[in-house]
Amino acid sequence: MAATLWIGTRKGAFALRPDARRRSFKLSGPQFLGHVIHHIVADPRDPKVVLMAAKTGHLGPTVFRSTDRGKTWKEASQPPAFRKVVDGEEARAVQAVFWLTPGHASEKGTWYAGSSPAGLFRSEDGGATWEPVAGFNDNPMRPQWAPGFGTPGGELLHSVLIDPRDAKHLYLGISVGGIFESADAGRSWAPLNGGVEANFLPTPDAEFGHDPHLIAMHPARPDRLYHQNHCGIYRIDRPAKRWDRIGNAMPRKIGDIGFPIVLDPKDPDTAWVFPMDGSTVWPRTAIDGKPAVYVTGNAGKSWRRLDKGLPRSQAWLTVFRQAMCVDAGRPLGLYFGTTNGEVWGSTNAGEAWRCVARHLPQIFSVTYAP
Amino acid sequence: MPCTVRIAGPLRSYTNGAASTQANGATVAEILADLDRRFPGMRFRMIDEQDRVRQHIRLFVNTKAATLGEQVRPGDEVHVICALTGG
Repeated sequence: MAATLWIGTRKGAFALRPDARRRSFKLSGPQFLGHVIHHIVADPRDPKVVLMAAKTGHLGPTVFRSTDRGKTWKEASQPPAFRKVVDGEEARAVQAVFWLTPGHASEKGTWYAGSSPAGLFRSEDGGATWEPVAGFNDNPMRPQWAPGFGTPGGELLHSVLIDPRDAKHLYLGISVGGIFESADAGRSWAPLNGGVEANFLPTPDAEFGHDPHLIAMHPARPDRLYHQNHCGIYRIDRPAKRWDRIGNAMPRKIGDIGFPIVLDPKDPDTAWVFPMDGSTVWPRTAIDGKPAVYVTGNAGKSWRRLDKGLPRSQAWLTVFRQAMCVDAGRPLGLYFGTTNGEVWGSTNAGEAWRCVARHLPQIFSVTYAP
Repeated sequence: MPCTVRIAGPLRSYTNGAASTQANGATVAEILADLDRRFPGMRFRMIDEQDRVRQHIRLFVNTKAATLGEQVRPGDEVHVICALTGG
């Protein structure tokens, strides 16, 4: 069975399948044409299973499930939803399922979902039915951690990360709200934002209220996390509690603002980012209209520009947080999808790029399924 | 005697493409509950978990805009409308 790049777009789901040598890519789809597809994720514990977070302009959010690698789909019988409130409580409703994470390897059938507004949900039956995680959603601090002060796309709960050594050890991110950690399977949570700038807050070293755009845990060294924030690129090596702003080593004229960050699964020192313009009114475009990926091979001490094959000028695109991924090949393949509907790929770890799909709708996510 | 429910286009994936169907109930809420029994998942796409009609959905009984509590009589027509939105 061929590997698949799942493409979630503002107007449906697409699949991009490379040949064995990754020289040609066959596009198929759309599936669910007209649906807003935020995330499509295959289950590493059972690659036949794929989950898709969907909604439409008119209808409420839902999750579709496939058990045949995306050939056919069935809607969750109980999609993620907050519990019904009682009088006097804030009545929240899921507007979009934004994020999907397969559970720990030892917990077959378990999934987590993050929503807009910020909510955390768990399924124990492969995504057919979902329950709110009360330890987060009903946490007495949740109204302060996630007050609804969201992004242009709404308040987003994303980057649900599970420690491969311990199914109970979780991290998550909220845009806008910060990074939070649980050591007890989500029953309790604590902020983990030390060292992270939040230049839109009045307090220089706030405990929460930050804007992580994406958090990544290294699979082979789970104590190492990177994150791309609204205010820079950071790394932490637990049990440290303060993040280091490794984006300070980026070229000053480029800066360290962006949405995605992806890691080399075999090298904890290597990460790629896609910088965007975060100056003035936040255009959120490729800087100067010249798209480029930047890579570090030394855990953020230095960065190198990778733009061979990318447009040289007048390309005012950007890459959303879920729209960049690596494959399992060697040399490592890297892919990103753009806001103007192009998918770019590299089969040599970003050293050279080529467009492998174009004319798609605005791309929200690009994920790899082996 | 059931009433007739007119189904908006975005919801017809639940009704196998049917633009209308029959449903039983004394209120709009009961009509939607009956629909959900026959077409599982349909109600949540229209009504959120706090029992509020979603932002871009409108409900009518015959020609009158209706809430979930609106009474429905046998032979009435209930219209589920998706308001114009998006782009």
